[in-house]
Amino acid sequence: MPQIIVDGLSKRFRVAVRDPGLSGAVRGLFKRRMREVVALDGISFALERGELLGLIGPNGAGKSTTIKILSGILRPSGGRCEIDGLVPWMERVKHVARIGVVFGQRTQLWWDLPVVESFDLLAAIYRVPPERYVRTRDSYVELLRIGSLLDTPLRQLSLGQRMRCEIAAALLHEPSILFLDEPTIGLDAVSKLALRGFISELNRSRGVTVILTTHDMQDIEALARRVIIIGNGKILRDSSFESMREDVLAERRLVVELASEAPNVQIEGATLLHHEGRLLTFSFDPAKLPARQLIERVTSRFEVEDVRIEDVAIEEVIARFYAMHGAIEA
Amino acid sequence: MSVSLQPYLAVLSARFSLMLQYRTAALAGFATQCWWGVIKIMVLSAFYASSGRQPMSLAQTITYVWLGQAFLALLPWQADADLAVAAETGGIGYERLRPVDTHTLWLMRAIAWRAANASLRAVPMFAIAGLLVPLAGLAAWSWRLPSSPTAAALFAISISLTVLLSSAMTVLLDCAVVALKTRRASNIAPLFVNTLSGMIVPLALLPGWAQSFLFWQPFAGLVDIPYRIYFGNLAGAAAWAGIAAQGLWIVILVAAGRLWLSRVMDRIEMQGG
Repeated sequence: MPQIIVDGLSKRFRVAVRDPGLSGAVRGLFKRRMREVVALDGISFALERGELLGLIGPNGAGKSTTIKILSGILRPSGGRCEIDGLVPWMERVKHVARIGVVFGQRTQLWWDLPVVESFDLLAAIYRVPPERYVRTRDSYVELLRIGSLLDTPLRQLSLGQRMRCEIAAALLHEPSILFLDEPTIGLDAVSKLALRGFISELNRSRGVTVILTTHDMQDIEALARRVIIIGNGKILRDSSFESMREDVLAERRLVVELASEAPNVQIEGATLLHHEGRLLTFSFDPAKLPARQLIERVTSRFEVEDVRIEDVAIEEVIARFYAMHGAIEA
Repeated sequence: MSVSLQPYLAVLSARFSLMLQYRTAALAGFATQCWWGVIKIMVLSAFYASSGRQPMSLAQTITYVWLGQAFLALLPWQADADLAVAAETGGIGYERLRPVDTHTLWLMRAIAWRAANASLRAVPMFAIAGLLVPLAGLAAWSWRLPSSPTAAALFAISISLTVLLSSAMTVLLDCAVVALKTRRASNIAPLFVNTLSGMIVPLALLPGWAQSFLFWQPFAGLVDIPYRIYFGNLAGAAAWAGIAAQGLWIVILVAAGRLWLSRVMDRIEMQGG
C-alpha cells in the first residue's frame, strides 16, 4: 500500500479585493468584495515508501500549497489525503510527529539561540528520548559537517550553514517522510552539491521518503527519480525523470560560428532558431537528419570557424512545457 | 491518556533563560519605572492632600504604586514578539508542525516571558523602594511589607494567578496578530490594561457606583485585586472573591483563546505557491 495517497485534493483561498483609489478604499471599509483564488484544482498521486519525488512548476503553481496540506499546516477545500493512514489536518499532532519539514525561505531554529540549544528544544518538543536524541543528533552533525557551528547563534551563520542546520533540525525525531520546500534556494554551488549528496544518501541508505519542490532543474536531475509538474493547480505530468528527458532527447542544437556576419538562412531539414553576430543556432532531429549531414550542408555554403552540438537545456524544455499548458501567467 | 508536560516545560525554561539575557533592556525599563513611580506618588499625594476620606490610605496607595511599577512587565501589553515576526513574515505555519497543543505552547511562552521580565525588575525595585527610600529618610514614600502573613500568602496565590491571567490575554493578542498578520493588531491592549486594571488610578479610588463592575471585569485581576490583597484592603471573604474572579477569567479566556486559535489556524495562509 502506498505511504502517501492524495486524491482530488483542492484548495481555494478567498482574498479581499479593493477597488482602486480613495473611493475604493472607503467602500472597502463597509463592504469587502472577496475573490476566490484556486491554488489547487484536483491533485491526485500516490507515493510508495522510500520514493524521492520532485515537484516542479512555475511560481504560484501550487507546489508549496501541496506541501503545506500534506504536512498538516493547511486544511484543503476538498479531496482526500492519507499519509501512513492518517489524515494530516485531522490528526495533526500524531501526523507531524512522523514527518520532517524544511521551508527554504523560513527558519525553524531560534534566531538568538546557539544551534545546539535549538536542537535540544526541538528534541524536547518532539519527546525524543535523551539517548536516542544524542545518537541521532551526532550522526547528522557528522554527515552534514555542522559540528563547528553548534555553539553559534543562528543569526551569525551563512545561508548555506543555516540550511544544513535546518535539515538536521528536521530530522532529529527520525521522521519517515521529509518535505523540502525549495531547500537549495539562494545557496552557492558548493552548498547545493553538498545538500544534494546528503538528501540522496538519506533517501537511499535510510529509506526516508522525500518530497522536494525546487526551481533548480539540477536538483531534479541529481535527485528525483520521479517528477510531477504542477501548473495552475493541476498536475500536468507525472513521470520518471528519464521519460521526461527522453521526450527532449529527440531534439539537438547545432551552433555554428562563421568567419563573417551570420545571414538569415534556410537549411533543409533543420530550423534556424536565431542568428546573432557570427553565430547561427539550428534545431534538428538527429533521427531525420544526422548531424554529419547538417554540418556538411552548412559548411558547403559558409566559411565555418567552429561548430558544436548541444542538448536542449532541461530548463528550456520545462519552460516550453509550462508555456504549452498555459501554466505561466501572460 | 498520559500527556507529558516535557515539551511545554522545555519551552518555558528555554525562553525564561533567554529573557534573562536581555539585561540592558531590563535596566532601561527599570529606570523608567522608578521615575514613573515617583511621579505617580507625587500626583496621588497631591490628590490625597486635597480630598476627604478615601477607601485606601495614602501609605497603601504608595505601596500600590510601587507594586505596580515592580510588576509592570507582568501585564499583557503586547503579543509575543517572535510570534508577531512569524505572523508578519509567514513563518507561522511552523507552529503547526510541532506535535503539541499550540495553545498550551503559546501560553507557556507567555508565562516564561512575563515571569522572567517581571522578576528581573521586581527585586531591584523592592531594594530601592522598600529599603533605600526609607533609609534616605523618605519613609512615607516607601514600599511597605504585606499587612500580615495571611495577606502575604494570599498575595502569592493571587499574583501567580495574575501571571496566568496575563498570559491567557497575551495568547489572545497573539491570535489577533496572527489573524490580521500585523503586530499592530495588539496595539489596542494598553488602552484596556492601563484604564481597567487600576494601573493608572487604583480602581478603589474610582466612583462607588462602578465598583462592582470594576471588581468583576477581567482586567482587575492584573493589578487591583492582587495589590489590594497585599496590604489587606481586600481580606478574608473579599480576598477569596478576588481570587475567584481571577480564576474565573482565566478559565473563560483560556477557553476563548483555544477556540479562536483553532479558527485562526484553520485560516492561515502561508504565502507562496
